Amino acid sequence: MSTDSAPLLEVTDLRVHFPTADGVVKAVDGSTFTVRRGETLGVVGESGSGKSITFLTVMGLINRQSARISGSVRFEGREILDASADEMRGIRGARIGMIFQDPMTSLHPMHKVGDQIAEVVRTHTDKSKSEAHRMAVEALREVGIPSPETRARQYPHEFSGGMRQRAMIAMALVMKPSLLIADEPTTALDVTIQAQILELIDELKDQFNIGVVLVSHSLATIADVSENVMVMYAGRPAELGSRDEVFSDAQHPYTWGLLESVPRPDIRVERLVPIDGAPPSLITLPPGCAFGPRCPHARTECTAEVPELRDRGAGHADACILATEEKGRLRAARMKALGVTT
Amino acid sequence: MGRFIIRRLIWTVFIVLLVSVLTFLIFFVLPSGDPALRFAGKQPTAELIAQARANLGLDKSLPEQYWLFLKHLVTGDEYGWPGLGYSFHTRDAVLPELINRARVTGSIIIGGAALWMLIGVPVGVISALKRRTIWDRGLMGVCLFFVSAPVFWLALLSLLIFWKKLHWLPGTGYVAFAESPGQWFAHLILPWCVLALLYAAIYARIVRANMIDVVSEDYIRTAYAKGLSPRRVVMHHELKPALAPVVALFATDLGALVGGTIVTETVFNMQGLGNWLLIAANNNDLPVTMAVTIVVAAAVSLLTLVADVLLAAIDPRVRLQ
Repeated sequence: MSTDSAPLLEVTDLRVHFPTADGVVKAVDGSTFTVRRGETLGVVGESGSGKSITFLTVMGLINRQSARISGSVRFEGREILDASADEMRGIRGARIGMIFQDPMTSLHPMHKVGDQIAEVVRTHTDKSKSEAHRMAVEALREVGIPSPETRARQYPHEFSGGMRQRAMIAMALVMKPSLLIADEPTTALDVTIQAQILELIDELKDQFNIGVVLVSHSLATIADVSENVMVMYAGRPAELGSRDEVFSDAQHPYTWGLLESVPRPDIRVERLVPIDGAPPSLITLPPGCAFGPRCPHARTECTAEVPELRDRGAGHADACILATEEKGRLRAARMKALGVTT
Repeated sequence: MGRFIIRRLIWTVFIVLLVSVLTFLIFFVLPSGDPALRFAGKQPTAELIAQARANLGLDKSLPEQYWLFLKHLVTGDEYGWPGLGYSFHTRDAVLPELINRARVTGSIIIGGAALWMLIGVPVGVISALKRRTIWDRGLMGVCLFFVSAPVFWLALLSLLIFWKKLHWLPGTGYVAFAESPGQWFAHLILPWCVLALLYAAIYARIVRANMIDVVSEDYIRTAYAKGLSPRRVVMHHELKPALAPVVALFATDLGALVGGTIVTETVFNMQGLGNWLLIAANNNDLPVTMAVTIVVAAAVSLLTLVADVLLAAIDPRVRLQ
């Protein structure tokens, strides 16, 4: 879509550590990725992998008193990690829109939907009440809500789940931001509605040429609508690359595990394999590769040091120290064991 | 909404009748002594007592007595409408005194309630916003003190300080507003404060807890994600859901206080409803007991109705039916 190649959002070595009585929780520990206009970055990981914290930090919604934040977040060409509270307020809602997991609880139950959207306009511009309301109705129309004039005067409890998430999207996009962060936007919705919402986000991305971050705990959710994919584990990216590369030529054993644990229409498997074990405590991470203790291919070198994210070419990077050829062999053996027929 | 209110008003009448029947039955079931004895003179003979019983209508069967009570209540009696008869204890008409005493209790409650809301709500909000700071701990410590301090002790202490020692206030008792607004105020300020401090402390703790719950709601995170200032988030997004339940509680508490300011009235020597009910209960005074009970039941029921209507007006999710 976009011709300018300068990234819209560029996050480098982001670390978000929370000191607690039990020790330092390393919620995000070296996250690096970029998002361009007209592109969707799908972010996948288990609960506690640092997905949500990463993007709440980008939004400036993490309390700086309770967290130690380092690294760099460049948005629209300027560093925003050290921006003042006032500057961040000007960006939130206006330049970056964000939607959340549960549209049932994310809208204010006592305010009319139209008023909640108009409030964004009134906060960021000098527009009149009626003009802000008109823009709210227009935003509701753009996300495909029928009879938006009537709907704007209703309360969230009069909306269905899918309609509420549409209203949230309208609220996030009413100021025509350049970036939309969707934090598990379909997790709380019916399967049929999930596809509609993802499609809508995809359409709006093209229509307004915005960058989109789509956070999910499921690879399947993001597969259809993401240009790029980042797999996160224990606060770090395990693998990062274009959607096609990551799905067809996954390099990290954790990504393999994710791919093998969900059914896929394009590959026939005889059984689905869960990943053994549970995510590590973010206070006492295992030495070296955090996935090591759960990795069937781990060896002693894996515990030596925390593996860096290394580019394997074509913008496809992963954080596993094994050689590419060896991983090819291991993956082939795994597929064979599963009885995969492509 | 209109139908809801009408239905609830009918329900109120039913509640009041039920309470009056129960009060009536309890009065006769409990072995509290024969009210006729008071009317039979210093050396009551069997005939005199029987005579007194007949005069008071106590010789009739219970259903018949209750029926007469209801009939007078609805149609009025020689003292006016609603007919509430005369006191077995003082032999004065109940209705005029009921009105006088309702004014006293009303004055205490309304001033106290205004004061406790003015203190309790801001203290709760500030405590929640300054959570875990010295402000929060200090305010909540003071609240704990007033929640636990007995009202009679607080009332006596305040009288000792502001009346006896400092001579700032004219003393106990009640002066009608029509007589002297200044004196009315001077006599009521201490009862208001004593009543308000207890309830302000309770309300501050409730408001604080509600605010802390609301602050962690998803829609507050949304509000910040919209780029709103912290001030706007508090004023437009947090206060309304935090205070909605308090409004309902406030209305019901007001109703309960109509007959529940006994200690305050007694210590400050004010002839209010609570005080009267206590005297009536101690003297087998059936008409006064019935009158006060009915007023309290009606007040609680009507203010609960007000609370429900207010809550529906504040929270669009609440449906009146």
